[in-house]
Amino acid sequence: MAEVPVRGRFHRIAETDRPPVSITVDGAAVTAREGDSLLVAVLASGRTLRQSEFGDGSRAGFCLMGACQDCWMWQADGGRLRACTTPVRAGMDLLTRPVDETLWPLPA
Amino acid sequence: MAAASMTPATIPRAIVVGAGPAGVRAAETLVAAGLRPMVIDEGMLSGGQIYRRQPANFGRPHETLYGYDAEKARSLHDAFEAIRTQVDYRPETLAWNLRENVLHVVTNGVAAALPFDALILATGATDRLLPIRGWTLPGCYSLGGSQVALKAQACSIGQRPVFLGTGPLLYLVAYQYLKAGVDVAAVLDTSPFGASIRALPDLAVRPGLLLRGLRFRRALTKAGVTVANGVVPLEIEGDGEVTGLRYHAAGGGDRRIACDAVGMGFHLRSENQLADLAGCPFLFDDATGMWRPEADGDGRSPRAGIYLAGDGARVLGADAAEVGGRLAALAALADAGMSADAALVTSLRGQMATLDRFRRGLATAFPWPATLARSVADDVILCRCEAITAGTMRETAEAKGAPEVNRAKALSRIGMGRCQGRYCGHAAAEVLAGARGSSLESVGRLRGQAPVKPLSMATVKADTL
Repeated sequence: MAEVPVRGRFHRIAETDRPPVSITVDGAAVTAREGDSLLVAVLASGRTLRQSEFGDGSRAGFCLMGACQDCWMWQADGGRLRACTTPVRAGMDLLTRPVDETLWPLPA
Repeated sequence: MAAASMTPATIPRAIVVGAGPAGVRAAETLVAAGLRPMVIDEGMLSGGQIYRRQPANFGRPHETLYGYDAEKARSLHDAFEAIRTQVDYRPETLAWNLRENVLHVVTNGVAAALPFDALILATGATDRLLPIRGWTLPGCYSLGGSQVALKAQACSIGQRPVFLGTGPLLYLVAYQYLKAGVDVAAVLDTSPFGASIRALPDLAVRPGLLLRGLRFRRALTKAGVTVANGVVPLEIEGDGEVTGLRYHAAGGGDRRIACDAVGMGFHLRSENQLADLAGCPFLFDDATGMWRPEADGDGRSPRAGIYLAGDGARVLGADAAEVGGRLAALAALADAGMSADAALVTSLRGQMATLDRFRRGLATAFPWPATLARSVADDVILCRCEAITAGTMRETAEAKGAPEVNRAKALSRIGMGRCQGRYCGHAAAEVLAGARGSSLESVGRLRGQAPVKPLSMATVKADTL
């Protein structure tokens, strides 16, 4: 699994000497830092968190305080996590879109 | 104190929801009276949003994190540490419903039902938002969120952010980014400069804070940051992510600023869903265009045993939240027949009067831009959760005749998404009122619904309650 160098949306401006934590986002290896929220872990090297379920493009969170619910990510095992209130943990396997995209929106 | 002479059976079961400035001071006051309150908080650490703490392995001092408010933040954090073993502290816990003097909570997927005699709701506030074309693009964040990134995670939301909206947080966040070395592209305030002048008599009751606001503005201007008042935001531009922002300047003419991030917000709104579920009646506040749960000056609601404190009751800021937390706890103690220090209550009420005057000043200086909300174009997304446009809300009003926001919600799904109207509700009400040609008050308010935030289907009941 090659690490893809991507300029992150978020910029770390201090506290950069924390131990690294390895996670996987859409199959690519991502290095985060201990103490990152999952949102920061992903956006420090990536551009988005998720695809809107309603076809209007990608999202990257909004309120960062557990209120807007616009940062839920999918996990490879089918579960979901609210990225802004979930601390990053080594080995997390995350997806920016649902495992099965035919599930939602429900057919009319 | 009175508690010492009481038998344990008569000591009221008290629960405080929220561990920000109001909740911590309420809990501290209850502990001082001999109670062992339960403190329910969604956060991993106490402090709330304004005095939000960084993770334990971060090392920046309070002065870096909270600037002029470092002492207040330290005092609040220390106060909670001092009572930590004298309260039943439940962090990372969501209070999701409330019925018949039982509070329903979930901690890490395990549910519990907690009976209480006195409940102090110190649930805080979030940014008050209205939609601007492009506000769902990656790179656009709430002002509060922009601050959380910096304070709690030592990150900026981009390399060159614009801060847009109105309210004291606009200047505070922009200043904090500047201090952190971030290249702030602009600070765009929808409030006209004249509004601040009109507010001066009220703002002058807290000269220190007034000066601080001016200092932030001066520091930004001095650093070469564009600071503009009376702007009309037109569009957050970008193909797939934020690349610029267009606005109409007060002096006339459209401008464009290149940026890779936008932090936006129009002052704050209360998190008052639990007060609603508790059956508290709500009042319409003309000055802000917001509904708030009814309470007396001490935070006592008309519902027995329910007390309201801090920005979750009414947005007055962190200092008032500390005073309000103490007052609410003293009211709960007095109602339980426990003696309260009358001189302290009088002093706190006096402080609150000054803080309330300052609140009025802020409302004058940073008015909610109702016209902007009402004039959102039909094709702009109003509901972030389900990507529903302002046009759908107008159609609901015009073709389907929805008379108020709850009916409009049922017909349009605006307000029914995962955020439950927190980020669309205020603008949705304006759009509905505008389409109906009626007042904001007449279209009502979105009712609070349990669960107040999403719960996992895997939530289980605790073995013992």
